[in-house]
Amino acid sequence: MPQILMPALSPTMEEGKLAKWLVKVGDTVKSGDVLAEIETDKATMEVESVDEGVVREILVAEGTEGVKVNTPIALVLAEGESAGAAPAAAPAAAEEPAPSMVQAEAPAAAPSAAVPAAPKFEAQADPDLPEGVEMVELTVRQALNEAMAEEMRANPDIFIMGEEVAEYQGAYKVTQGLLQEFGPQRVVDTPITEHGFAGLAVGAAFAGLRPIVEFMTWNFAMQAIDQIINSAAKQLYMSGGQVTAPMVFRGPNGVASRVAAQHSQDYSAWYSHVPGLTVIAPYSAADAKGLLKAAIRSPNPVVFLENEILYGSTGLVPKVDDYVLPIGKARIARKGADVTIVSFSMGMRYATQATEKLVAAGVDVELIDLRTLRPMDSDTVIESVKKTGRLVTVEEGWPQGGIGAELSARVSEQAFDYLDAPVLRVTGKDVPMPYAANLEKLAQPNVDEVIAAVNAVTYRS
Amino acid sequence: MARKATATSAKTQANAPQLTNEQELDAFREMLLIRRFEEKAGQMYGMGLIGGFCHLYIGQEAVVTGITMASEKGKDAQITGYRDHGHMLVMGLDPKGVMAELTGRQGGLSKGKGGSMHMFSNEHRFYGGNGIVGAQVSLGTGLAFASKYKGDGSVSLAYFGDGAANQGQVYESFNMAKLWKLPVVFVIENNKYAMGTSIERAAATTDFSMRGASFDIPGEQVDGMDVRMVYDAAKRAIEHARSGNGPYILEMLTYRYRGHSMSDPAKYRSKDEVTKYRQERDPIEQVRARLLEAGVVTEDDLKKIETDIRAIVTEAADFATNDPEPDASELWTDITIEA
Repeated sequence: MPQILMPALSPTMEEGKLAKWLVKVGDTVKSGDVLAEIETDKATMEVESVDEGVVREILVAEGTEGVKVNTPIALVLAEGESAGAAPAAAPAAAEEPAPSMVQAEAPAAAPSAAVPAAPKFEAQADPDLPEGVEMVELTVRQALNEAMAEEMRANPDIFIMGEEVAEYQGAYKVTQGLLQEFGPQRVVDTPITEHGFAGLAVGAAFAGLRPIVEFMTWNFAMQAIDQIINSAAKQLYMSGGQVTAPMVFRGPNGVASRVAAQHSQDYSAWYSHVPGLTVIAPYSAADAKGLLKAAIRSPNPVVFLENEILYGSTGLVPKVDDYVLPIGKARIARKGADVTIVSFSMGMRYATQATEKLVAAGVDVELIDLRTLRPMDSDTVIESVKKTGRLVTVEEGWPQGGIGAELSARVSEQAFDYLDAPVLRVTGKDVPMPYAANLEKLAQPNVDEVIAAVNAVTYRS
Repeated sequence: MARKATATSAKTQANAPQLTNEQELDAFREMLLIRRFEEKAGQMYGMGLIGGFCHLYIGQEAVVTGITMASEKGKDAQITGYRDHGHMLVMGLDPKGVMAELTGRQGGLSKGKGGSMHMFSNEHRFYGGNGIVGAQVSLGTGLAFASKYKGDGSVSLAYFGDGAANQGQVYESFNMAKLWKLPVVFVIENNKYAMGTSIERAAATTDFSMRGASFDIPGEQVDGMDVRMVYDAAKRAIEHARSGNGPYILEMLTYRYRGHSMSDPAKYRSKDEVTKYRQERDPIEQVRARLLEAGVVTEDDLKKIETDIRAIVTEAADFATNDPEPDASELWTDITIEA
């Protein structure tokens, strides 16, 4: 005989008032009929019947306060069921699980198990280059452009969309020539509607395409951040591994020149916070090419953070058929024994210049370019700090919750006993980016600050 | 010039489009399955077996049933917001998997990691189950972009509510859909309330079928409580999109009997209003009456269907109650794919 149970209005409700009965003993009820009203201090709710039959007994009188959730409040006799029938004899289709059984069997009631350990990320080393490989000087812009063109030639499902990517040839000319080679179906100019086109691209990725979304700058991606995080990054997890969003969101990030607070900001830490995303921020032309190709091939959503100031800088890129670098592997730019400097993207320019001066002054610096921010190559950093005992981080972003803060925490957790000095962070100043030339300069990290931090941790100042 | 198609709204019960007896019976079964499933989900929520948010589809069954009948199953894509259980049942997803996802068990469609608002099936081309109001409109437009890109002839059916219809990204999507002539049907399920805020208190204009006017997207207002009207309009809209004419808007005038979610105080509308819909416009009762009147079935035949559906729902509920929670190791899976 089905019991009507005191329902919960919300997962936190434990008891309530049975305010009113709308049926009486002997009434015939069917699915959806309102049987009673219950009240809590927050809300009133109607209790509907899920069963059909005759109300046999009212177990809790109306007006009763403090009725515990899952207490039987009435008995309904199913059609064809006799009053004396044992519950076991009731037709299976109408039978309800007894509340006590349900509670006993619900695994939720079991004490929570220990948290399983997170899997450890193992980065692969860069591939060996063939002996005597030709090195070609390219700008970062050309390297990015080649990466996209090569991948688009190889896979017809790859397309690029964004503002001014086609006819204008790219707001920063990164997509130059792609329209001419691949046509308007695969190189798509969008309206200035980041939220909409980012979401559209995520939907296209669900359906099997491989979108590259160019944001004119990452500042404008703030309009689209819900689609990047809530739709793309979380999709695999919340679908239990079924639906993927293999795609790249890319564009210039970081401090630009004289464009003030809304157009000049580093989002590295923001995106690196999010599980489900891969976050890449290259510095050199070779890394820009090898990592963008890897990003486009990745089965995961990738945030690819470029830098406007670096687009025109040149570097040597190996001339091989298919130059692809491993995601998640830091690069040791200079081996050293006295102090570790870790940076990425534009921060590497300050760190590299500081390193040159420090080495000239006799400090044996180990310089690491993270290249990928998520997954972060902790091992390379930890191994280095175990050797040098000192760490200085350099980034354009704000200090609180930044990449340097994360590195500092990891070193503190995993190499505390090896430290000979506190970890120091060189960051952008904790202010919105000012417009005035002098203030803008002051707001950014600089070479002297990196040198000062190294001097401090090596006790040379 | 923006058009408001009036053919369907002018139809009355007397000249309503007709379904075959078989279609009427199918619609009856599908809608009854949603109704009984949702009633059971509501009961299980009350018992503490389902947590968090749980948005029931009771009252709106004709919308997804009629549209799915007019679509090509397995080919056309569907995507909706968080009131998604009905969509999955009609698209043929396993009721056991849906219910077990509601209870957060390992046999759930998302292994218990998604819950009521996050279920998907590549096989059935169902893309959720999306918890952020309005996000599915851009995503659904992207499904249509992929269809056109691949030239596979599929149509994307993107459902959203009257509340989402005021979101900015909806209009960004309308613009791109029309600009690029994407095969998408935007289905606005107007159930009169965005949570507890009536359309009159939230929308400057309440004829949502006209919301595409600025983009020259045709729209119709449809009686979303009558599965015949829904099917008829959906046939027209899907045909329009599939034959390369771009997007189409269907505003489904519908009603949810239950609260927005399970913890709805129901203080914002009168009991009479709910009762009136249930008694006079119920989508399932309309079909039942027609089937009996036409002599297609007897009361006993319908009772047999009812018993069969109860058995499906009971089986789903039992499975969802007894299936274990996901293994603790599942905490760390499906975050990214190893390349």
